[in-house]
Amino acid sequence: MPDALAVRNLEKRYGSVRALRGVDLTVEEGQLVGLLGPNGAGKSTLVKIAAGLVRASAGDARVAGARAGSRPARAALGYLAELFRFPGWYTADEVLELHQRLAGSRGGAAERARLLELVALSEARDRRVDGMSKGMAQRLGIAQALVGEPRLLLLDEPTSALDPVGRRTVRLLLEELRGRGVSVLLNSHLLSEIELVCDHVAILLGGEVVAAGSPQQLAQPRGVELETDEGVHTVEGVTRDDVPRLVEEAVRSGRRVYGVRVLTSTLEETYLEAVGGETS
Amino acid sequence: MSSVAAIVEYGFREAVRRKMFAVVLVLTVLFLFLFWLANHFVFAQLDQITPPADVHVDTRTFAGAFLTGLAMFATLFLGVVLAVFLTLGVVGGDAERGLLQPLVVRPVGRATLLLARFAGAAGVCSLYVLAVYFASMLITGLTGHWWPGNVVGPGVELALGVIIVVALSLLGSVVLTSTANGIAIFMLFGAGLVAGLLGSIGHALNSHAVKSASTVTSYALPFEGLYQDALRLITQDTTGLTAFVLQLGPFGGGYVHGWTIRVWAVVYLVLALAAAIGAFSRRNL
Repeated sequence: MPDALAVRNLEKRYGSVRALRGVDLTVEEGQLVGLLGPNGAGKSTLVKIAAGLVRASAGDARVAGARAGSRPARAALGYLAELFRFPGWYTADEVLELHQRLAGSRGGAAERARLLELVALSEARDRRVDGMSKGMAQRLGIAQALVGEPRLLLLDEPTSALDPVGRRTVRLLLEELRGRGVSVLLNSHLLSEIELVCDHVAILLGGEVVAAGSPQQLAQPRGVELETDEGVHTVEGVTRDDVPRLVEEAVRSGRRVYGVRVLTSTLEETYLEAVGGETS
Repeated sequence: MSSVAAIVEYGFREAVRRKMFAVVLVLTVLFLFLFWLANHFVFAQLDQITPPADVHVDTRTFAGAFLTGLAMFATLFLGVVLAVFLTLGVVGGDAERGLLQPLVVRPVGRATLLLARFAGAAGVCSLYVLAVYFASMLITGLTGHWWPGNVVGPGVELALGVIIVVALSLLGSVVLTSTANGIAIFMLFGAGLVAGLLGSIGHALNSHAVKSASTVTSYALPFEGLYQDALRLITQDTTGLTAFVLQLGPFGGGYVHGWTIRVWAVVYLVLALAAAIGAFSRRNL
């Protein structure tokens, strides 16, 4: 079975601006991949090319084996844009019904009820969009993206308008989707969110992938912190495997050891190191 | 087919939900009332009206045709206003507001999406134009006991004219911002009005050059050509009387007419839609 999303040497130019410079990225079946990067790094452009909203200048992007933007590719994905809106006069149920018809979903009322329950909007089934809070509309957007049980879910900043409870709802939802084998490409500024739910993370800067790997791989060891009778000091350039040796050496030199802590960088630190403090 | 119907329905609901639609309806009621008032006074004082020397028809026919012609211009204008406000932001405006992207990523396809939006807007506008046309015709018929020689044709041509404006506005919405598109379409409509005026001037001065400029412009903007043909149709079959070219001064006259303009209008519509689809399929959202 082809990967849910396979991007090879992808380039996008807007006039003289190179938004993407040869990006390679794969979202495997059932994998949850996070995209990180400062504003203008090319994250949204990448997601939009995958969704068929923007045409690539060069390279290849395939959704479930089909060229991005083609009908089979669009039939295989669900998409939540960073900035989106539904007509204010539609109710939540009508929005989902419209997208069911557009997606060719045969799920009917049962699917709509299930999706609304999934995003905690069952009570708002008949509420019009213009009467919803930003967070409710955002959750409705996620439900809309899930119409027709897509193989690949493209989420561009899905929690930007949500409060902490709403973010937790989305996080749990993403974990549930992963359990069901749905592949997700998640573009988010919230590192903690990415760290908690993603299997794989790619950090973009200036249209290039500057770091990629699992959150654990990206969280590099930074050394070991040793607490002795002389105080606390950090030994850099060592890992967990070096701990017995460090303790033995300290004891041999007559110090009393009270505690040892292996230091690892957080994803945030790795991210800041990768982007060099760039914000836009 | 369900997805196409869904988009048509989406566009239709959007059209009738807009406040603009209510404004146009209020303006229409006001126009029809004033039009009835004009008919009432004109036909009540028919003996005080003298047709121009070169118009060889009876006074009632002249007055009835003149009033119907003016009503047709107002109908076209109101139809164009409705068409522009329903479609000026279908692509650019909706994309800017984030309404379009969730629809475009669905398997329905951009061409189908645009054609379905066209069908929705064209349906609303043509129904509106036909309703106003027949209402004004009824007012003149019942008040002044005068009926056009061709009852259906002029209404259909006015509706087709407005449908062309819908297509042009959709094309504009792909390449322009909503505001720029609205201005551009109203300027095109104004240019059509000028073409009609040029026709009147050209015939008054018997200037071949001015008449040619008017004809070329009417073909370049076929909604104007169709309007002129529709003006011709309301008098061409008047029983027992010689048909005459209705001249409404600044509102043009029935100078361009016949099957050439009708066929060209359909070809023009197809070309405008094809251009809109081509531009939309290449546009980044």
